[in-house]
Amino acid sequence: MTYEETGIITLKDIQAPSKERFEKGPVAVIECPQSIPCNPCADACKFGAITMNDINALPKIDFEKCTGCGACISKCPGLAVFVVDMTYSENEALIKLPYEFALPKIGDTVKALDRKGEMKGDAKVVRVIKEKDKTGVVSIAVKKNLAMEVRNIRC
Amino acid sequence: MISIKFLVKHSYLMRISKHPILSFERGKKVTFTFNGKKIDAYENETVASALIAAGINVLSRSIKYNRPRGFFCGIGKCSSCLMTVDGVPNIKTCVTPVKNGMVVESQDGKGSLPENTELESRKETLHADVAVVGAGPAGLSAAITASKYNADVLLIDENPVAGGQLIKQTHKFFGSKEHKAGVRGIEIAKLLLNEIEKSNVNLLLNAGVIGYYKENCHMLTVVQDRKIIKVYPKKIIIATGASENMLAFPGNDLPGVVGAGGVQTLMNVYGVRPGSNVLMVGAGNVGLIVSYQLMQAGINVKMVVEAMPKIGGYIVHAAKLRRLGVPILTSHTVKNAYGNGRVEGARIVKLENWKEVEGSEFDVPVDLICLAVGLTPTCEILFQAGCETKYIPELGGWVAWHDRNLETSIQGIYVAGDCSGIEEASTAMMEGRIAGMDAAEKLGFRIDEKEKKDAFENLNTLRSGPFGEKPRTGKEKIWGIK
Repeated sequence: MTYEETGIITLKDIQAPSKERFEKGPVAVIECPQSIPCNPCADACKFGAITMNDINALPKIDFEKCTGCGACISKCPGLAVFVVDMTYSENEALIKLPYEFALPKIGDTVKALDRKGEMKGDAKVVRVIKEKDKTGVVSIAVKKNLAMEVRNIRC
Repeated sequence: MISIKFLVKHSYLMRISKHPILSFERGKKVTFTFNGKKIDAYENETVASALIAAGINVLSRSIKYNRPRGFFCGIGKCSSCLMTVDGVPNIKTCVTPVKNGMVVESQDGKGSLPENTELESRKETLHADVAVVGAGPAGLSAAITASKYNADVLLIDENPVAGGQLIKQTHKFFGSKEHKAGVRGIEIAKLLLNEIEKSNVNLLLNAGVIGYYKENCHMLTVVQDRKIIKVYPKKIIIATGASENMLAFPGNDLPGVVGAGGVQTLMNVYGVRPGSNVLMVGAGNVGLIVSYQLMQAGINVKMVVEAMPKIGGYIVHAAKLRRLGVPILTSHTVKNAYGNGRVEGARIVKLENWKEVEGSEFDVPVDLICLAVGLTPTCEILFQAGCETKYIPELGGWVAWHDRNLETSIQGIYVAGDCSGIEEASTAMMEGRIAGMDAAEKLGFRIDEKEKKDAFENLNTLRSGPFGEKPRTGKEKIWGIK
């Protein structure tokens, strides 16, 4: 079944960083596989890592230019940008995700959910930013093998 | 998850108190009576929202069979909330602000005027270069633009607040910087209303346009409160938006079957919970966005069903819902709704090649069935005025023929936004600008040709992708007819 039938994006639908790139530090993962008229992510990137030929094109990300700063996360109207840092600790990866519900506190243990909303275990809240426009950016630590699966939390 | 009965019993729970995006500034507490019973309400809310918050879900009865009717559209477009207010029948309670001491009664059939009527009726006349009907994204943009080029503008809306559907859009808009991408609809509404305030636009709220007449010039009749206003504009821009489509299934008139926009109005404008467990019907952008907003308001969306084999809205909206654990079932639809006096559940059935799959039915207990199955342009004034009309399925049905400048077959009458063809707010704002500029230009005001050119280019860009194909095809059909 395709994402058009299920609403679930899979890794084959998106541009994913290589293993080597992950080893270098934090990097943005954009989960936006459809041509929709939208480009704030490209505008948000100070490093020119995200480019689009025209407003309906898919965002193209140059992982070498991306620093994983996360400036694009809250700018995406589709809440489709995440930052993954595989170098966070020996066993854990850090995921920065956009969050528009009651925000957790730093140090909280929350449930880590995948793209289907299924529970994948616990996550530790490392950082919480509430942007002026009220979108939260929550950084969570999860087991490394879950870094490309976990995309939401339940507090 | 808690039930609606529990919420109603603990009536304070019907009001949303915490919300991640919105803060509800409720006015002073007031009371009014409904069929003799005291109802608590807040200033700045409508009669219907106060009644829903008080747990009253039958707002009227059908004229022929006396069947109960609940809240549906919330913007004065359907007729399911008509009541007698302070002796006057057929009041749209969903757009009528509550007042302390108001006497609200459910009415029998078509209602009747009191015999000893002391209702005052006043008449007034207004003149304007441009009258804009509807203060949503298209109408606000048209009014701001025409006024900027020195036209004397009158902006008329039947709702108690201007902003149209923007005032309930808590999500960030797509598009580019020029279309205010990344800004929430509610914030775009504030920006536009701020511009209106700074301009010379004369804004008439709680004012419904009830007719168009052609004397030697254009004339609109407007009802505001208990006053009839004759408006003589040189140009008219109709930006009346759209109304939500119904879906045919047994039980579709049970209270608790509500339009997606109606649900948004209750929860995002008035902070009232429309239910506690929801079935969303339709996975277009409206269905997906409203489902997410329901979850943000603390209301559980049990599932989204979509009769089409594919999700029609943006996948990023669908993905947000799936991550929350909300199932989206494509090729599934509602077979019937059930419940005693109000929705208690829905029976879902799987479709294959648009035929029901025998034995695939299952029940979902919900107290709200939310319909997001498309919109129909609101064209009554245009039809009544005698504008040439065309049936264009890609634009949502019957629309007034219009040229690229949005002028209809009647010189001086324009359309803009959803009433010219169903699209979305960004294109509505662009159309409003174009209509406003063209009207001003034809009145002899000098306009900036570059602004007009840019607006046309912007519209083309917005319609250029795969998701713009439908409106693009529809508009091309309309432009191809002469």
